[in-house]
Amino acid sequence: MSDPATSREVRSGGWTGAVRRYAVRTLPPEKLLPDTQPAYMASWIYVFGVLTVSALVVVVATGCLLALEGPGWWHVSSVGKYVNSLHLWSVELFMFFMVIHLWGKFFMAAWRGRRAMTWMTGAVCFLASVGAAFTGYLTQQNFDSQWISGQAKDGLNAVGIGAWFNVLDFGQMLMWHIVLLPLALGGLTGLHVLLVRRRGIVPPIDATVPTPGAVEGRL
Amino acid sequence: MKPLSRRTAEPESAAFPTRPYDLLKEFTIALVVVALLTAGLAALFSSPDDKPVTLAAWSAAAPGDFTATAVAELGATSMTAQYGPPYNDTPGAGQKIGPLGLQRAAGVRIPVDTAEDFVLRPLRQAPEPAEVTAALAAWSAASTDRQQTWTAAYADALGKAPNGDPTQVAPGDYGPVPALAGRLLTLAQAGGLDGQLLAQGHFYQTDYTKPVLFLADGTYLAGLADGQHLSGDQWGMMNETGNYPGQAWLWLYTFWYQIDPFKSSTNADALIWALMAVLSLGLVLVPFIPGVRSVPRWTKVYRLIWRDHYRGQR
Repeated sequence: MSDPATSREVRSGGWTGAVRRYAVRTLPPEKLLPDTQPAYMASWIYVFGVLTVSALVVVVATGCLLALEGPGWWHVSSVGKYVNSLHLWSVELFMFFMVIHLWGKFFMAAWRGRRAMTWMTGAVCFLASVGAAFTGYLTQQNFDSQWISGQAKDGLNAVGIGAWFNVLDFGQMLMWHIVLLPLALGGLTGLHVLLVRRRGIVPPIDATVPTPGAVEGRL
Repeated sequence: MKPLSRRTAEPESAAFPTRPYDLLKEFTIALVVVALLTAGLAALFSSPDDKPVTLAAWSAAAPGDFTATAVAELGATSMTAQYGPPYNDTPGAGQKIGPLGLQRAAGVRIPVDTAEDFVLRPLRQAPEPAEVTAALAAWSAASTDRQQTWTAAYADALGKAPNGDPTQVAPGDYGPVPALAGRLLTLAQAGGLDGQLLAQGHFYQTDYTKPVLFLADGTYLAGLADGQHLSGDQWGMMNETGNYPGQAWLWLYTFWYQIDPFKSSTNADALIWALMAVLSLGLVLVPFIPGVRSVPRWTKVYRLIWRDHYRGQR
Protein backbone atom coordinates (compact mmCIF):
# COMPACT_ATOMS: atom_id res chain seq x y z
CA MET A 1 0.00 0.00 0.00
CA SER A 2 1.48 3.34 -1.04
CA ASP A 3 2.12 6.15 1.42
CA PRO A 4 -0.75 8.69 1.02
CA ALA A 5 1.63 11.61 1.62
CA THR A 6 4.03 10.43 -1.12
CA SER A 7 1.15 9.78 -3.47
CA ARG A 8 -0.18 13.32 -2.85
CA GLU A 9 3.28 14.73 -3.51
CA VAL A 10 3.64 12.75 -6.73
CA ARG A 11 0.31 14.00 -8.01
CA SER A 12 0.71 17.61 -6.85
CA GLY A 13 0.99 20.67 -9.06
CA GLY A 14 -2.21 20.29 -11.06
CA TRP A 15 -1.85 20.50 -14.87
CA THR A 16 1.55 22.14 -14.56
CA GLY A 17 2.88 19.40 -12.34
CA ALA A 18 1.45 16.72 -14.62
CA VAL A 19 3.08 18.28 -17.69
CA ARG A 20 6.41 18.61 -15.82
CA ARG A 21 6.29 14.99 -14.72
CA TYR A 22 5.44 13.86 -18.25
CA ALA A 23 8.26 15.97 -19.74
CA VAL A 24 10.87 14.71 -17.27
CA ARG A 25 9.68 11.12 -17.69
CA THR A 26 9.72 11.36 -21.48
CA LEU A 27 12.89 13.36 -21.85
CA PRO A 28 15.04 13.17 -18.73
CA PRO A 29 17.93 15.70 -18.76
CA GLU A 30 20.52 13.06 -19.62
CA LYS A 31 18.52 12.22 -22.76
CA LEU A 32 17.82 15.82 -23.67
CA LEU A 33 21.43 16.95 -23.35
CA PRO A 34 23.51 13.78 -23.50
CA ASP A 35 27.26 13.67 -22.92
CA THR A 36 27.58 10.21 -24.44
CA GLN A 37 26.36 8.63 -27.67
CA PRO A 38 26.24 5.04 -28.92
CA ALA A 39 29.63 3.94 -30.23
CA TYR A 40 28.11 2.93 -33.58
CA MET A 41 27.43 6.61 -34.30
CA ALA A 42 30.73 6.97 -36.13
CA SER A 43 30.25 8.36 -39.64
CA TRP A 44 30.43 11.74 -41.34
CA ILE A 45 26.81 11.34 -42.40
CA TYR A 46 25.76 12.15 -38.82
CA VAL A 47 27.24 15.63 -39.15
CA PHE A 48 24.59 16.68 -41.67
CA GLY A 49 21.80 16.74 -39.10
CA VAL A 50 23.53 19.31 -36.91
CA LEU A 51 24.74 21.18 -40.01
CA THR A 52 21.11 21.45 -41.16
CA VAL A 53 19.99 22.90 -37.82
CA SER A 54 22.99 25.27 -37.82
CA ALA A 55 22.18 26.47 -41.33
CA LEU A 56 18.55 27.02 -40.26
CA VAL A 57 19.80 29.24 -37.43
CA VAL A 58 21.84 31.27 -39.94
CA VAL A 59 18.84 31.47 -42.31
CA VAL A 60 16.60 32.81 -39.54
CA ALA A 61 19.26 35.20 -38.23
CA THR A 62 19.97 36.70 -41.68
CA GLY A 63 16.24 36.88 -42.37
CA CYS A 64 15.81 38.83 -39.12
CA LEU A 65 18.57 41.22 -40.24
CA LEU A 66 16.71 41.79 -43.52
CA ALA A 67 13.50 42.35 -41.55
CA LEU A 68 15.12 45.16 -39.54
CA GLU A 69 15.19 47.43 -42.59
CA GLY A 70 12.28 45.97 -44.56
CA PRO A 71 11.91 44.16 -47.88
CA GLY A 72 13.12 47.03 -50.10
CA TRP A 73 16.39 47.68 -48.27
CA TRP A 74 18.64 45.20 -50.02
CA HIS A 75 17.86 46.66 -53.45
CA VAL A 76 19.30 50.07 -52.56
CA SER A 77 22.07 49.35 -50.03
CA SER A 78 25.35 47.48 -50.50
CA VAL A 79 25.17 46.30 -46.89
CA GLY A 80 21.62 45.15 -47.51
CA LYS A 81 22.72 43.35 -50.67
CA TYR A 82 25.36 41.48 -48.69
CA VAL A 83 22.85 40.53 -45.99
CA ASN A 84 20.51 39.28 -48.72
CA SER A 85 23.39 37.25 -50.16
CA LEU A 86 23.99 35.77 -46.71
CA HIS A 87 20.32 34.84 -46.56
CA LEU A 88 20.39 33.29 -50.04
CA TRP A 89 23.54 31.23 -49.51
CA SER A 90 22.50 30.06 -46.04
CA VAL A 91 19.29 28.78 -47.64
CA GLU A 92 21.26 26.98 -50.35
CA LEU A 93 23.47 25.38 -47.67
CA PHE A 94 20.45 24.56 -45.50
CA MET A 95 18.70 22.74 -48.35
CA PHE A 96 21.91 20.97 -49.40
CA PHE A 97 22.63 19.74 -45.86
CA MET A 98 19.01 18.72 -45.33
CA VAL A 99 18.84 16.67 -48.54
CA ILE A 100 22.08 14.82 -47.64
CA HIS A 101 20.73 14.27 -44.11
CA LEU A 102 17.45 12.96 -45.53
CA TRP A 103 19.15 10.51 -47.93
CA GLY A 104 21.47 9.39 -45.15
CA LYS A 105 18.54 8.64 -42.86
CA PHE A 106 16.75 6.86 -45.69
CA PHE A 107 19.64 4.49 -46.30
CA MET A 108 19.89 3.89 -42.53
CA ALA A 109 16.15 3.05 -42.49
CA ALA A 110 16.13 5.45 -39.57
CA TRP A 111 12.41 4.98 -38.94
CA ARG A 112 13.03 1.61 -37.27
CA GLY A 113 12.31 1.11 -33.57
CA ARG A 114 9.31 3.44 -33.09
CA ARG A 115 11.04 6.26 -34.97
CA ALA A 116 8.42 6.63 -37.75
CA MET A 117 7.26 9.96 -36.31
CA THR A 118 10.85 11.22 -36.35
CA TRP A 119 11.08 10.41 -40.06
CA MET A 120 7.66 11.93 -40.77
CA THR A 121 8.38 15.21 -38.99
CA GLY A 122 11.69 15.40 -40.86
CA ALA A 123 9.99 14.81 -44.21
CA VAL A 124 7.35 17.46 -43.43
CA CYS A 125 10.19 19.83 -42.44
CA PHE A 126 11.67 19.28 -45.91
CA LEU A 127 8.34 20.07 -47.60
CA ALA A 128 7.79 23.13 -45.38
CA SER A 129 11.32 24.30 -46.24
CA VAL A 130 10.55 24.03 -49.96
CA GLY A 131 7.50 26.22 -49.35
CA ALA A 132 9.46 28.70 -47.24
CA ALA A 133 12.20 29.01 -49.85
CA PHE A 134 9.62 29.33 -52.64
CA THR A 135 7.82 32.22 -50.92
CA GLY A 136 11.23 33.82 -50.43
CA TYR A 137 11.82 33.76 -54.16
CA LEU A 138 8.36 35.29 -54.66
CA THR A 139 9.07 38.22 -52.35
CA GLN A 140 12.41 39.36 -53.75
CA GLN A 141 10.71 42.23 -55.63
CA ASN A 142 12.82 41.72 -58.74
CA PHE A 143 12.59 40.04 -62.14
CA ASP A 144 12.92 36.58 -60.61
CA SER A 145 9.93 37.03 -58.34
CA GLN A 146 7.90 38.55 -61.18
CA TRP A 147 8.61 35.62 -63.48
CA ILE A 148 8.45 32.84 -60.89
CA SER A 149 5.10 34.08 -59.52
CA GLY A 150 3.65 34.32 -63.04
CA GLN A 151 4.68 30.73 -63.74
CA ALA A 152 3.83 29.27 -60.35
CA LYS A 153 0.28 30.62 -60.30
CA ASP A 154 -0.79 28.13 -62.98
CA GLY A 155 0.11 25.07 -60.92
CA LEU A 156 -1.56 26.39 -57.80
CA ASN A 157 -4.64 27.61 -59.67
CA ALA A 158 -4.98 24.28 -61.49
CA VAL A 159 -5.66 22.45 -58.20
CA GLY A 160 -7.72 25.22 -56.61
CA ILE A 161 -5.08 26.34 -54.10
CA GLY A 162 -4.35 29.57 -55.95
CA ALA A 163 -7.80 30.89 -55.08
CA TRP A 164 -6.63 31.24 -51.46
CA PHE A 165 -2.83 31.21 -51.75
CA ASN A 166 -2.21 33.95 -54.33
CA VAL A 167 1.43 33.96 -55.37
CA LEU A 168 0.93 37.31 -57.14
CA ASP A 169 -0.03 38.97 -53.85
CA PHE A 170 3.29 40.21 -52.47
CA GLY A 171 1.82 41.08 -49.07
CA GLN A 172 0.32 37.63 -48.56
CA MET A 173 3.49 35.85 -49.68
CA LEU A 174 5.68 38.02 -47.44
CA MET A 175 3.54 37.12 -44.42
CA TRP A 176 3.81 33.42 -45.26
CA HIS A 177 7.55 33.77 -45.77
CA ILE A 178 8.43 35.66 -42.60
CA VAL A 179 5.71 34.54 -40.18
CA LEU A 180 3.68 31.43 -40.94
CA LEU A 181 6.22 29.14 -42.59
CA PRO A 182 9.12 30.00 -40.23
CA LEU A 183 6.81 29.32 -37.26
CA ALA A 184 5.75 25.99 -38.75
CA LEU A 185 9.29 25.04 -39.71
CA GLY A 186 10.72 26.12 -36.36
CA GLY A 187 8.08 24.16 -34.47
CA LEU A 188 8.49 21.07 -36.61
CA THR A 189 12.28 21.21 -36.35
CA GLY A 190 12.03 21.49 -32.56
CA LEU A 191 9.68 18.52 -32.44
CA HIS A 192 11.94 16.55 -34.79
CA VAL A 193 15.01 17.18 -32.62
CA LEU A 194 13.13 16.29 -29.43
CA LEU A 195 11.96 13.03 -31.04
CA VAL A 196 15.56 12.23 -31.99
CA ARG A 197 16.61 12.82 -28.39
CA ARG A 198 13.71 10.81 -27.03
CA ARG A 199 14.20 7.71 -29.19
CA GLY A 200 17.97 7.92 -29.43
CA ILE A 201 20.12 7.30 -32.50
CA VAL A 202 18.84 4.36 -34.53
CA PRO A 203 21.04 1.26 -34.16
CA PRO A 204 22.65 -0.34 -37.24
CA ILE A 205 20.41 -2.67 -39.24
CA ASP A 206 20.31 -6.15 -37.68
CA ALA A 207 22.48 -4.99 -34.78
CA THR A 208 22.20 -6.99 -31.60
CA VAL A 209 22.90 -5.71 -28.13
CA PRO A 210 26.35 -6.90 -27.03
CA THR A 211 26.16 -9.44 -24.25
CA PRO A 212 27.41 -8.27 -20.84
CA GLY A 213 31.11 -8.84 -20.49
CA ALA A 214 31.73 -8.73 -24.22
CA VAL A 215 32.45 -5.02 -24.07
CA GLU A 216 34.63 -3.31 -21.52
CA GLY A 217 32.36 -0.50 -20.39
CA ARG A 218 32.43 2.71 -22.32
CA LEU A 219 34.40 2.88 -25.53
CA MET B 1 12.99 -10.85 -47.69
CA LYS B 2 11.03 -9.71 -44.66
CA PRO B 3 10.19 -6.04 -44.45
CA LEU B 4 11.92 -4.20 -41.67
CA SER B 5 8.80 -3.82 -39.55
CA ARG B 6 8.23 -7.60 -39.28
CA ARG B 7 11.67 -8.32 -37.98
CA THR B 8 12.38 -8.63 -34.32
CA ALA B 9 11.95 -5.46 -32.29
CA GLU B 10 14.81 -3.03 -32.64
CA PRO B 11 17.07 -2.87 -29.58
CA GLU B 12 17.16 0.40 -27.63
CA SER B 13 20.11 2.60 -28.55
CA ALA B 14 20.83 3.05 -24.82
CA ALA B 15 21.67 -0.65 -24.57
CA PHE B 16 24.79 -0.28 -26.78
CA PRO B 17 28.29 0.72 -25.69
CA THR B 18 28.80 4.46 -25.66
CA ARG B 19 31.53 7.00 -26.25
CA PRO B 20 31.94 10.54 -24.90
CA TYR B 21 30.06 13.17 -26.87
CA ASP B 22 29.52 16.91 -26.41
CA LEU B 23 26.26 17.89 -28.09
CA LEU B 24 26.51 21.64 -27.50
CA LYS B 25 30.17 21.81 -28.52
CA GLU B 26 29.36 20.01 -31.79
CA PHE B 27 26.46 22.36 -32.46
CA THR B 28 28.58 25.45 -31.72
CA ILE B 29 31.36 24.30 -34.05
CA ALA B 30 28.82 23.47 -36.78
CA LEU B 31 27.19 26.89 -36.38
CA VAL B 32 30.51 28.71 -36.70
CA VAL B 33 31.50 26.63 -39.74
CA VAL B 34 28.17 27.25 -41.49
CA ALA B 35 28.24 30.97 -40.67
CA LEU B 36 31.78 31.30 -42.07
CA LEU B 37 30.90 29.26 -45.15
CA THR B 38 27.82 31.44 -45.74
CA ALA B 39 29.84 34.64 -45.31
CA GLY B 40 32.42 33.38 -47.79
CA LEU B 41 29.89 32.29 -50.40
CA ALA B 42 28.01 35.58 -50.07
CA ALA B 43 31.21 37.60 -50.47
CA LEU B 44 32.32 35.54 -53.47
CA PHE B 45 29.06 35.15 -55.38
CA SER B 46 26.68 37.85 -54.03
CA SER B 47 23.03 37.37 -55.13
CA PRO B 48 21.06 38.08 -58.30
CA ASP B 49 18.84 41.15 -58.43
CA ASP B 50 17.68 41.95 -61.96
CA LYS B 51 15.23 44.84 -61.91
CA PRO B 52 11.56 43.97 -62.37
CA VAL B 53 9.87 44.91 -65.63
CA THR B 54 7.53 47.87 -65.27
CA LEU B 55 4.60 48.56 -67.56
CA ALA B 56 6.44 51.77 -68.48
CA ALA B 57 9.56 49.85 -69.50
CA TRP B 58 7.52 47.28 -71.43
CA SER B 59 5.47 49.87 -73.33
CA ALA B 60 8.60 51.85 -74.20
CA ALA B 61 10.65 48.85 -75.31
CA ALA B 62 7.89 46.98 -77.14
CA PRO B 63 4.97 49.30 -77.96
CA GLY B 64 3.63 46.83 -80.52
CA ASP B 65 3.45 43.97 -78.01
CA PHE B 66 1.97 46.27 -75.37
CA THR B 67 -0.73 47.50 -77.76
CA ALA B 68 -1.56 43.99 -79.01
CA THR B 69 -1.89 42.84 -75.38
CA ALA B 70 -4.08 45.82 -74.46
CA VAL B 71 -6.36 45.07 -77.42
CA ALA B 72 -6.59 41.42 -76.37
CA GLU B 73 -7.52 42.51 -72.83
CA LEU B 74 -10.16 44.84 -74.25
CA GLY B 75 -11.61 42.15 -76.51
CA ALA B 76 -11.41 39.48 -73.75
CA THR B 77 -9.21 37.22 -75.85
CA SER B 78 -6.04 37.40 -73.73
CA MET B 79 -4.71 34.52 -71.65
CA THR B 80 -6.06 36.09 -68.45
CA ALA B 81 -9.45 36.85 -70.00
CA GLN B 82 -9.80 33.20 -71.03
CA TYR B 83 -8.19 31.79 -67.85
CA GLY B 84 -11.20 30.72 -65.82
CA PRO B 85 -11.09 30.45 -62.00
CA PRO B 86 -9.90 32.06 -59.83
CA TYR B 87 -9.97 35.15 -62.13
CA ASN B 88 -13.16 34.73 -64.16
CA ASP B 89 -15.84 32.26 -65.10
CA THR B 90 -14.90 31.52 -68.72
CA PRO B 91 -17.06 28.52 -69.75
CA GLY B 92 -15.06 25.30 -70.05
CA ALA B 93 -11.85 26.83 -68.69
CA GLY B 94 -10.03 25.13 -65.84
CA GLN B 95 -7.75 22.12 -65.57
CA LYS B 96 -8.85 18.70 -64.38
CA ILE B 97 -7.36 15.62 -62.78
CA GLY B 98 -9.36 12.98 -64.61
CA PRO B 99 -12.97 13.92 -63.84
CA LEU B 100 -11.95 16.07 -60.87
CA GLY B 101 -12.08 19.81 -61.63
CA LEU B 102 -10.58 21.43 -58.54
CA GLN B 103 -9.85 24.69 -60.36
CA ARG B 104 -13.51 25.30 -61.15
CA ALA B 105 -14.60 23.97 -57.76
CA ALA B 106 -12.54 26.70 -56.04
CA GLY B 107 -14.58 29.35 -57.86
CA VAL B 108 -13.84 32.94 -58.86
CA ARG B 109 -12.17 34.33 -55.72
CA ILE B 110 -9.85 36.91 -57.34
CA PRO B 111 -12.13 38.49 -59.96
CA VAL B 112 -10.38 40.13 -62.91
CA ASP B 113 -12.30 41.85 -65.72
CA THR B 114 -9.48 42.44 -68.17
CA ALA B 115 -11.21 45.10 -70.27
CA GLU B 116 -12.40 47.07 -67.26
CA ASP B 117 -9.41 46.55 -64.93
CA PHE B 118 -6.54 46.79 -67.42
CA VAL B 119 -7.85 49.29 -69.99
CA LEU B 120 -11.12 51.14 -69.37
CA ARG B 121 -10.80 52.09 -65.68
CA PRO B 122 -7.21 53.36 -65.99
CA LEU B 123 -8.31 55.48 -68.98
CA ARG B 124 -11.27 56.92 -67.10
CA GLN B 125 -9.17 57.67 -64.02
CA ALA B 126 -6.44 59.48 -65.96
CA PRO B 127 -6.82 63.03 -67.33
CA GLU B 128 -9.02 62.38 -70.33
CA PRO B 129 -8.61 64.12 -73.70
CA ALA B 130 -11.86 64.77 -75.58
CA GLU B 131 -11.17 62.06 -78.16
CA VAL B 132 -10.70 59.49 -75.38
CA THR B 133 -13.95 60.58 -73.70
CA ALA B 134 -15.68 60.06 -77.04
CA ALA B 135 -13.94 56.71 -77.56
CA LEU B 136 -14.97 55.48 -74.10
CA ALA B 137 -18.56 56.57 -74.77
CA ALA B 138 -18.58 54.81 -78.14
CA TRP B 139 -17.18 51.64 -76.57
CA SER B 140 -19.77 51.63 -73.78
CA ALA B 141 -22.63 52.23 -76.21
CA ALA B 142 -21.65 49.36 -78.52
CA SER B 143 -22.90 45.82 -78.17
CA THR B 144 -20.51 43.07 -77.05
CA ASP B 145 -20.51 41.62 -80.58
CA ARG B 146 -19.63 44.99 -82.05
CA GLN B 147 -16.86 45.50 -79.50
CA GLN B 148 -15.36 42.12 -80.32
CA THR B 149 -15.56 42.79 -84.07
CA TRP B 150 -13.60 46.03 -83.57
CA THR B 151 -10.92 44.45 -81.37
CA ALA B 152 -10.56 41.40 -83.64
CA ALA B 153 -10.17 43.60 -86.71
CA TYR B 154 -7.64 45.85 -84.99
CA ALA B 155 -5.69 42.90 -83.56
CA ASP B 156 -5.55 41.41 -87.06
CA ALA B 157 -4.37 44.70 -88.54
CA LEU B 158 -1.74 45.10 -85.81
CA GLY B 159 -0.44 41.65 -86.61
CA LYS B 160 0.00 42.66 -90.25
CA ALA B 161 1.64 46.02 -89.53
CA PRO B 162 5.47 46.15 -89.81
CA ASN B 163 6.85 45.01 -86.39
CA GLY B 164 3.31 45.25 -85.01
CA ASP B 165 3.82 49.00 -84.92
CA PRO B 166 0.48 50.66 -84.02
CA THR B 167 1.46 53.79 -85.97
CA GLN B 168 1.65 51.76 -89.19
CA VAL B 169 -1.69 49.95 -88.97
CA ALA B 170 -3.67 50.01 -92.22
CA PRO B 171 -6.88 52.10 -92.14
CA GLY B 172 -10.02 50.14 -91.27
CA ASP B 173 -13.19 50.00 -89.19
CA TYR B 174 -11.77 49.58 -85.70
CA GLY B 175 -14.26 51.82 -83.91
CA PRO B 176 -12.80 53.49 -80.79
CA VAL B 177 -10.17 50.76 -80.26
CA PRO B 178 -7.14 52.61 -81.72
CA ALA B 179 -7.94 55.69 -79.62
CA LEU B 180 -8.30 53.62 -76.43
CA ALA B 181 -5.19 51.51 -77.06
CA GLY B 182 -3.18 54.54 -78.13
CA ARG B 183 -4.09 56.49 -75.01
CA LEU B 184 -3.28 53.51 -72.78
CA LEU B 185 0.13 53.25 -74.47
CA THR B 186 0.78 56.94 -73.79
CA LEU B 187 -0.26 56.52 -70.17
CA ALA B 188 1.94 53.46 -69.76
CA GLN B 189 4.97 55.10 -71.37
CA ALA B 190 4.58 58.07 -69.02
CA GLY B 191 4.65 55.66 -66.05
CA GLY B 192 1.06 56.32 -64.94
CA LEU B 193 -0.34 52.87 -65.63
CA ASP B 194 1.94 51.06 -63.16
CA GLY B 195 0.45 52.97 -60.23
CA GLN B 196 -3.11 52.79 -61.55
CA LEU B 197 -3.16 49.02 -61.98
CA LEU B 198 -1.65 48.53 -58.53
CA ALA B 199 -3.61 51.06 -56.49
CA GLN B 200 -7.12 50.72 -57.99
CA GLY B 201 -8.64 53.16 -55.51
CA HIS B 202 -6.47 52.31 -52.51
CA PHE B 203 -3.57 54.21 -51.01
CA TYR B 204 -1.72 51.27 -49.47
CA GLN B 205 -1.43 48.20 -51.65
CA THR B 206 0.66 45.03 -51.66
CA ASP B 207 -1.23 42.93 -54.19
CA TYR B 208 0.45 42.82 -57.62
CA THR B 209 -2.00 40.36 -59.16
CA LYS B 210 -3.32 42.68 -61.88
CA PRO B 211 -0.06 44.26 -63.10
CA VAL B 212 1.66 40.85 -63.22
CA LEU B 213 -1.25 39.24 -65.08
CA PHE B 214 -1.24 42.07 -67.62
CA LEU B 215 2.54 41.81 -68.06
CA ALA B 216 2.38 38.04 -68.40
CA ASP B 217 -0.25 38.29 -71.14
CA GLY B 218 2.29 39.96 -73.43
CA THR B 219 5.27 38.30 -75.06
CA TYR B 220 7.88 40.80 -73.82
CA LEU B 221 8.27 39.36 -70.30
CA ALA B 222 8.41 35.79 -71.62
CA GLY B 223 11.07 36.82 -74.15
CA LEU B 224 13.25 38.26 -71.40
CA ALA B 225 12.74 35.13 -69.28
CA ASP B 226 13.64 32.89 -72.21
CA GLY B 227 16.90 34.80 -72.59
CA GLN B 228 17.59 34.09 -68.91
CA HIS B 229 16.93 30.31 -69.28
CA LEU B 230 13.74 30.61 -67.21
CA SER B 231 11.11 29.26 -69.62
CA GLY B 232 9.08 26.19 -68.80
CA ASP B 233 10.96 24.04 -71.35
CA GLN B 234 14.25 25.27 -69.84
CA TRP B 235 13.44 23.81 -66.40
CA GLY B 236 11.64 27.07 -65.73
CA MET B 237 11.12 28.45 -62.28
CA MET B 238 13.67 26.30 -60.46
CA ASN B 239 16.27 28.56 -62.11
CA GLU B 240 16.94 32.21 -61.43
CA THR B 241 18.63 34.99 -63.35
CA GLY B 242 22.39 34.70 -63.73
CA ASN B 243 24.53 31.70 -62.87
CA TYR B 244 23.01 30.86 -59.50
CA PRO B 245 21.79 27.51 -58.23
CA GLY B 246 18.19 28.70 -57.86
CA GLN B 247 15.67 26.31 -56.35
CA ALA B 248 17.50 23.11 -57.32
CA TRP B 249 15.27 21.18 -54.89
CA LEU B 250 12.35 21.74 -57.30
CA TRP B 251 14.06 19.58 -59.93
CA LEU B 252 11.55 16.74 -59.70
CA TYR B 253 8.55 19.09 -60.00
CA THR B 254 10.11 20.83 -63.01
CA PHE B 255 11.22 17.52 -64.52
CA TRP B 256 7.66 16.38 -65.24
CA TYR B 257 7.07 19.44 -67.42
CA GLN B 258 9.88 18.27 -69.72
CA ILE B 259 8.38 14.88 -70.62
CA ASP B 260 5.22 13.39 -72.10
CA PRO B 261 2.41 12.91 -71.34
CA PHE B 262 2.63 16.01 -69.18
CA LYS B 263 4.31 18.47 -71.53
CA SER B 264 1.67 17.96 -74.22
CA SER B 265 -1.32 17.83 -71.86
CA THR B 266 -3.74 20.72 -71.44
CA ASN B 267 -4.07 19.57 -67.82
CA ALA B 268 -0.30 19.45 -67.21
CA ASP B 269 -0.29 21.70 -64.14
CA ALA B 270 -3.10 19.83 -62.38
CA LEU B 271 -1.68 16.41 -63.23
CA ILE B 272 1.84 17.32 -62.08
CA TRP B 273 0.54 18.84 -58.84
CA ALA B 274 -1.49 15.69 -58.19
CA LEU B 275 1.55 13.53 -58.90
CA MET B 276 3.78 15.62 -56.65
CA ALA B 277 1.16 15.50 -53.88
CA VAL B 278 1.17 11.70 -54.07
CA LEU B 279 4.99 11.56 -54.13
CA SER B 280 5.25 14.00 -51.21
CA LEU B 281 2.79 11.92 -49.20
CA GLY B 282 4.83 8.88 -50.15
CA LEU B 283 7.99 10.54 -48.81
CA VAL B 284 6.30 11.26 -45.48
CA LEU B 285 4.91 7.72 -45.26
CA VAL B 286 8.05 5.83 -46.37
CA PRO B 287 8.20 3.85 -43.09
CA PHE B 288 4.81 2.29 -43.89
CA ILE B 289 5.18 1.54 -47.61
CA PRO B 290 6.14 -2.09 -48.27
CA GLY B 291 8.99 -2.37 -50.72
CA VAL B 292 10.09 1.23 -50.42
CA ARG B 293 10.92 0.82 -46.73
CA SER B 294 13.04 -2.21 -47.60
CA VAL B 295 15.20 -0.38 -50.18
CA PRO B 296 17.87 0.46 -47.57
CA ARG B 297 18.28 -3.23 -46.76
CA TRP B 298 18.53 -4.17 -50.45
CA THR B 299 21.00 -1.45 -51.40
CA LYS B 300 23.28 -2.11 -48.38
CA VAL B 301 24.49 1.49 -48.30
CA TYR B 302 24.03 1.20 -44.54
CA ARG B 303 27.01 -1.16 -44.38
CA LEU B 304 29.16 1.73 -45.54
CA ILE B 305 27.68 4.10 -42.97
CA TRP B 306 28.15 1.67 -40.08
CA ARG B 307 31.26 -0.05 -41.44
CA ASP B 308 33.11 0.30 -38.12
CA HIS B 309 30.27 -1.41 -36.29
CA TYR B 310 30.03 -4.31 -38.74
CA ARG B 311 33.83 -4.66 -38.87
CA GLY B 312 33.84 -4.96 -35.08
CA GLN B 313 31.17 -7.67 -35.23
CA ARG B 314 33.22 -9.99 -37.46
